[in-house]
Amino acid sequence: MEIIKAIKEIYKNPNSSYSRIIRQKLGFGFLIITALITVVPIFAVVIFILLKGLPAISWTFLTAFPTDGVKQGGILPAIIGTFYLTIGTAIFSVPLGIGAAIYLSEYAPDNRWTRVIRIAIINLAGIPSVVYGLFGLGMFVLFLKFGTSILAGSLTLSIMTLPVIISTAEEALHAVPQSFRVISISVGATRWQTIRRIVLPQSLPGIMTGVILGLERAAGETAPILFTAASFFLPRLPNTPLDPTMALPYHLFVISTQVPGMPVKIQYGTALVLIIFVLGMNLIATTIRSRARAHRQW
Amino acid sequence: MVMVKIRVEQLNLQYSDGKESLRDINLDILANTITIIFGPAGGGKSSLLRVFNRLNDLADVKVISGKVFLDDMNILDPKIDVIALRRKVGMVFARPVVLPMSIRSNLTYGLELAGEKRELELDEAIESSLKQAALWEEVKDRLTEPAVSLSGGQQQRLCLARSLALKPEVILLDEPTSGLDPISTGKVEATLQELKKTYTIVLVPHSVQQAARIADYAAFFLQGELIEKGVGKELFINPKDKRTEDYIMGRFG
Repeated sequence: MEIIKAIKEIYKNPNSSYSRIIRQKLGFGFLIITALITVVPIFAVVIFILLKGLPAISWTFLTAFPTDGVKQGGILPAIIGTFYLTIGTAIFSVPLGIGAAIYLSEYAPDNRWTRVIRIAIINLAGIPSVVYGLFGLGMFVLFLKFGTSILAGSLTLSIMTLPVIISTAEEALHAVPQSFRVISISVGATRWQTIRRIVLPQSLPGIMTGVILGLERAAGETAPILFTAASFFLPRLPNTPLDPTMALPYHLFVISTQVPGMPVKIQYGTALVLIIFVLGMNLIATTIRSRARAHRQW
Repeated sequence: MVMVKIRVEQLNLQYSDGKESLRDINLDILANTITIIFGPAGGGKSSLLRVFNRLNDLADVKVISGKVFLDDMNILDPKIDVIALRRKVGMVFARPVVLPMSIRSNLTYGLELAGEKRELELDEAIESSLKQAALWEEVKDRLTEPAVSLSGGQQQRLCLARSLALKPEVILLDEPTSGLDPISTGKVEATLQELKKTYTIVLVPHSVQQAARIADYAAFFLQGELIEKGVGKELFINPKDKRTEDYIMGRFG
């Protein structure tokens, strides 16, 4: 009844201070609701998977091979595979991405050429992941003859991860005050000395955060490894980077859609392990960031 | 004996955005004096300072011509060792910017870049530069603390000490006291009077009053041109050019 009274008041006297305050309250209320709506699904997903998946988690589940046509047993090869793929992606994308970011932020002049590079990087980030998968199949698996392998999958994931790493690293480098660079140069440092001794150490936490967020995305992707690295079932762990591997996201896809009569418990257990893997990386990134903020001297 | 430390001949400077520029500047800066470069904003004062240690290399300069000699070396010659030049010509900026490291590291940074590793040499440079900048007594027991923990006035004197640690010949100061309280400003000005015995000082003041207080020699810049130069006291008491007089009297600015 209170509300109806308020609406009537707004309708009659739209500019009275009472109705302006009511409108402000309605506005805030609306914004709070939108914020809640965005947060609720995230918690819902995590809690739902936690509840459904937790019963499946056991020592055997984490350390054993799948048995009975993946319907029983554990998911060890998928966990190890995702770990290998993440490491492999890091090996290629981290040095390349940070190097490119340093070039763009510290050395490159602002001209048409560097603007083209920047636009390319932004657009690279928008390409659907399945397209990266197809490119990886054509380029690494077939043309370079790496076969379906950890190497081909890591390279494919690296290309997908690069734009994230480059743009966050560039942002972190830009955040270092320009005055530090001027001071460093003015006491006789070269550009490279300035970068190595001042700019990089100061931006490292930001760069690390970007790296982890990029790798986290790579760890959770299915499409790029679908044709390049992942295998339905392997009786043993991969020995070399040229071996194919099982991986958590692909395994989850397979057991959720391709295996009739698959126990639901194992599906959710696998999802839970994947989510813990990804959220764990996220937690590390957040910790690095907040620690660095607390210790920052500018 | 009076010695010319920096000689500017027919210097022209223009930035790509056409903003600030210098036109036909001729100026001698004498060794062991305080030379004041003053005038309203946008007159080219900072640009001139940045020519003296080639910090303009970082800016987008369109035209630069003429000659600027430090002793016998033409600073504008692209072939000179810029790093060595910057060690000889130190700079202190308007806003005290301390590097994100300890007080000690701020002072040793430049020396370590140049390859100085001997602890004894570094310690000696730290103590003498801090004493010269009148900061030693305040920080001698807290050298390992972050430099940002110092007050604004202390940070500015640390910036001065950072330049001094390199044992330069010339010190450029671009409105070094603009962010400081009167007491800190007094300390810095007193320090400069001491320092000119050893160094050549070129300073852009943050007010005409400061210019008049500390100038041995002064040069008035207006919109990129050098309007008038002369001995400090005379120029402020008895300016020859109407525009200089108007500026000193505060009729514009």
